[in-house]
Amino acid sequence: MDDTQKLEDEITAAIAGASDEAALEAVRVDALGKKGRVSLLMRGLGKMTPEERQIAGPALNALKTRLNDLIAARKEALVELALNARLATEKVDISLPARERPMGSIHPVSQVMDEVAVIFGDMGFAVAEGPDIEDDFHNFTALNFPPDHPARDQHDTFFLNEKEDGSQMVLRTHTSPVQIRTMVTAVERAKKAGTDLEPIRIIAPGRTYRCDSDQTHTPMFHQVEGLVIDKETHMGHLKGCLTDFMATFFETEVSTRFRPHHFPFTEPSAEMDIGYARKDGQILIGQGDDWMEILGCGMVHPNVLTSVGIDPDIYQGFAFGMGIDRLAMLKYGIPDLRDFFAADARWLKHYGFSPLYQPNLATGLSS
Amino acid sequence: MKFSISWLKEHLDTDASLNEIVDAMTMAGLEVEAVEDPAEKLAAFSVAKCVGAQKHPNADRLQVCTVETKDGVKQIVCGAPNARAGIWVIYAPVGSYVPGIDVTLKKAKIRDVESLGMMCSARELEAGDDHDGIIELAGDDWEIGGEAAAALGLNDPVIDFEVTPNRPDWLGVRGIARDLAAAGLGTLKPDTFGKVAGGFDCPVEIKIDAPEACPAFAGRVVRGVKNGPSPEWLQQRLLAIGLRPISALVDITNYLSYDRDRPLHVYDVAKLSGPIRARWGNAERFEALDGKEYDVTSAMCAIADDERVLGLGGVMGGTYSGCTDGTTDVLIECAYFDPKITRATGRATGIESDAKYRFERGIDPASLESGLDAATQMVLELCGGEASHAVMAGKPPTFERTIEFPVSEVKRLTGLDLEPTEIASILQRLGFGGEMSGATWQVSVPSWRGDAAGKADLVEEIARIYGFDKLPQVSLRRAPGAVKPLATPLQNRARLGRRALAGVGYLDAVTWSFCARDDAALFGGGSDDLVLANPISSELDCMRPSALIHLVRAAQRNADRGVADLSLMEIGPVYHNDSPDGQRLSLAGVVRSNPRRHWAGTRTVDVFDIKGDVQLALSAMGAPVGNLQISDQTSAYWHPGRSGALRLGPKVLAEFGEIHPGILAKMGIDGPLLGFEIWPEAMPARRAKAGRSKGAQNKSDLLPLARDFAFVVDADLPAETLVRAAKGADKVLIKDVNLFDVYAGKGVEEGKKSLAIEVTIQPIDATLTDAQIDVLSKAIIAKVEKATGGVLRG
Repeated sequence: MDDTQKLEDEITAAIAGASDEAALEAVRVDALGKKGRVSLLMRGLGKMTPEERQIAGPALNALKTRLNDLIAARKEALVELALNARLATEKVDISLPARERPMGSIHPVSQVMDEVAVIFGDMGFAVAEGPDIEDDFHNFTALNFPPDHPARDQHDTFFLNEKEDGSQMVLRTHTSPVQIRTMVTAVERAKKAGTDLEPIRIIAPGRTYRCDSDQTHTPMFHQVEGLVIDKETHMGHLKGCLTDFMATFFETEVSTRFRPHHFPFTEPSAEMDIGYARKDGQILIGQGDDWMEILGCGMVHPNVLTSVGIDPDIYQGFAFGMGIDRLAMLKYGIPDLRDFFAADARWLKHYGFSPLYQPNLATGLSS
Repeated sequence: MKFSISWLKEHLDTDASLNEIVDAMTMAGLEVEAVEDPAEKLAAFSVAKCVGAQKHPNADRLQVCTVETKDGVKQIVCGAPNARAGIWVIYAPVGSYVPGIDVTLKKAKIRDVESLGMMCSARELEAGDDHDGIIELAGDDWEIGGEAAAALGLNDPVIDFEVTPNRPDWLGVRGIARDLAAAGLGTLKPDTFGKVAGGFDCPVEIKIDAPEACPAFAGRVVRGVKNGPSPEWLQQRLLAIGLRPISALVDITNYLSYDRDRPLHVYDVAKLSGPIRARWGNAERFEALDGKEYDVTSAMCAIADDERVLGLGGVMGGTYSGCTDGTTDVLIECAYFDPKITRATGRATGIESDAKYRFERGIDPASLESGLDAATQMVLELCGGEASHAVMAGKPPTFERTIEFPVSEVKRLTGLDLEPTEIASILQRLGFGGEMSGATWQVSVPSWRGDAAGKADLVEEIARIYGFDKLPQVSLRRAPGAVKPLATPLQNRARLGRRALAGVGYLDAVTWSFCARDDAALFGGGSDDLVLANPISSELDCMRPSALIHLVRAAQRNADRGVADLSLMEIGPVYHNDSPDGQRLSLAGVVRSNPRRHWAGTRTVDVFDIKGDVQLALSAMGAPVGNLQISDQTSAYWHPGRSGALRLGPKVLAEFGEIHPGILAKMGIDGPLLGFEIWPEAMPARRAKAGRSKGAQNKSDLLPLARDFAFVVDADLPAETLVRAAKGADKVLIKDVNLFDVYAGKGVEEGKKSLAIEVTIQPIDATLTDAQIDVLSKAIIAKVEKATGGVLRG
């Protein structure tokens, strides 16, 4: 059997020495092909005696299996070598700049409107809307501003050109006309259905306009109105609702103070202050002994309820209005109101928000 | 409204500090805007006595003084000519800041002589203009170390606060005192003015010819007065709140105007001819006390005699009949002028006066007689003379109001549980009266509280005086049960569109709702009904027809600042007319593509990128993007060859493309600019369905297969026609048609183009046989050729 051993050694060495798949195939054909050296030995089995064959047969078969296994292993190794060699030629300079796909940003007013809607939504407020161009009735008269009253002077109203009948439309000076529209619709719905007035809880965010322009006033700004009407909501609820709102919105405890004030459409009327401190030129909301005015509010005036056909002896509720832009400035440290409306890309990128930060209470209002 | 603390204390007996007064005002609804306390500035300075003065050894004009101060005896070098032994002075110690010369005093040696502090002049303390010498306090009744502010009569802080339009009574110090007393800050002092009996008949006849404008005019003459500067205390009072003292007679009217919200006027009787009457104007001119001439129209109330207009009733008096130092007989007017007419006159003339401010807010109609007596009493005291009987022409409006007040209203509206006695006490302290017992009270309203009209007003008074801080605080919870969506579908569309576009690079902007009318006209707007009558500037004088206007301008501004490659968007209103339905929500975007060079090649954005952005936004907003039709019919402000509209039936959901170069040129904007406008309101409502189930997924294990076709069609055929036709060949099996090649040129006839599509076929139940695929292919070819008039490319 020395010859067989020698043959195996030779072929094994040839397999190991095959440098690519073609050479390996040649080795395989030379050993195991039809006329291969191992195949020829196999063919010689027929001429052997049964005794000889019983020994040589299994030995040759075992040799064939061993060689096949070696060839397969060598083939796998060669494939990997070839792949590695190819990959080595395909190397890129991964430090080259990417094809960037920059995200845009969400305007602070849009983001804060979403935040406000989430907080009040948690208290059951729906979002209502109304037109920016209003008539005198919805913007003033129904809100208990008597015609020609000094209270109207405080509103710096934008008027549109006079119509043929002498009337003039106005740009709404506050979001309060949405109160009127909401109540009128609710009253009509109840009348149609022949039922009691359903409780109302709405906020109405939107654009508002006053003929005023300086560092802290722009001719257009944003307000959010709130309105609650039912049979039991009193001023204590007003305090609780707005105090809760401030803490949720500013994401910290906020001290609050309600001062009597006057608005034609609420009685009693109040202004709400929140506590703050100034530290290193920054405003810290919620802490400190200083107060800043943040919103106006009050119990809906009986005249307003009457003007939309709601009985003030049965129904009651509160209303409030606050500036969205101001909330955004205070919470996010934005210094100048005028920049809000300039569409300056650098400002929008700096003060804007990722579109993926959809405000909600579960993951945190602002992150 | 300004008042000083000393003035307040004329009416309010209180020990409260300045801070306590300010706090009480704030919590009672008198919103303090500013507090000016001159004493603060003078806190470092004190009364001292100069006990010796000797000539400076090294300087002719200087003296070396010995001064007894709160810090002991000091040597002070002083250059004032009046520095001498025996005078009482104001001493500034070493370390104090002297405001008038902007210096902090240090220990000094002046010409080799030590000087420890300073004796100050009025100007050095900013307490007056005098700089001729140091302050000499009059008399000898001083104490060393006494406060300088008190010694100089400057210890009277002034408070400025906002008077809300409902409370004209706060335009008088007495009204303020009444509210503060009610809020527990002290007691309201009794009124010091009483009735004045006249000694003779009023020699001037008073008539009312315009009772709508001036329903009542009370007056009387005081004869033999001596006019001149008013006394020091009165001048101080007026100066403290920024009024200029004029003469005793005029100062008295100003004083009472602020003291009890009682405007008055005085006339020099010598200048009058005939009766004085309140009548309508008659196209006359008159010169008012501000030195200007005004037209007196028939809508204005004139106070006139037989010769001329003497004043605009309730607004401003005239120069002609004004009192001077030579006046000996004076007619005092104490009238009631109608608020609306006063206001209209003020607006027509542009006059802002203390009288107009008060009359337009409404004067206490019961104040005519008492106001006239108060004025008379002051004239007699300060100017002497002899008063006539008072006369009253006309009749002031009567004010009698009783409010039916179920006392339970307090609890219903505020949640406060108050004892009826407490409620009654608050109302009474504010001057309310009537029957306050039982379940429903009959509350009578004082004449100066015309604002209190109903139950809610009384509740406010009670809550305000009791304290808003003592109201309960109750959290508001949502109603139990399932929560219906609180946002409308439109609001959700807007939010989704905004966030989808921001996700692919758009910057969300907010721009003005108004624009320049010329710009509006370029974008299909600018109609008369949308023009502002009082714009803030001509750049913002018209409601915008499109949000593109400001975005286009902003793109240019950004480019001018070096940001030349950007995508801006805005969701906001645009306006087609002035009715509520004329306002539309728009989602608009503008893109200026100017990308930085990239090592792997640079591609600028074109109209098909914008089309993709629009489809992305529409899809995010829930629009059926696959069902939309594309059209090349767009608004005039788009490039006619490079813009499109996406429609659903007759409704246009979006327009996009290049903005018309001609319009950009007119606006002075560098092009090209791409843009889009999406109309969320035009989208169909989502079909209502029960439950939230998404239904079963339609999945097949069978492999989809693809077949390519190319057709030669007319060059102007919209590709969409071909794609749609191919899709329509079998709505079940054909899953997608992808147009992957557009070719014109060699091999394709002039006026034609070749469009190549890849059709994806998804077998449903079983693998398709070759025969079946052949049938389907033929159907596709037939359908496309019929729809497009093209032929399969061989």
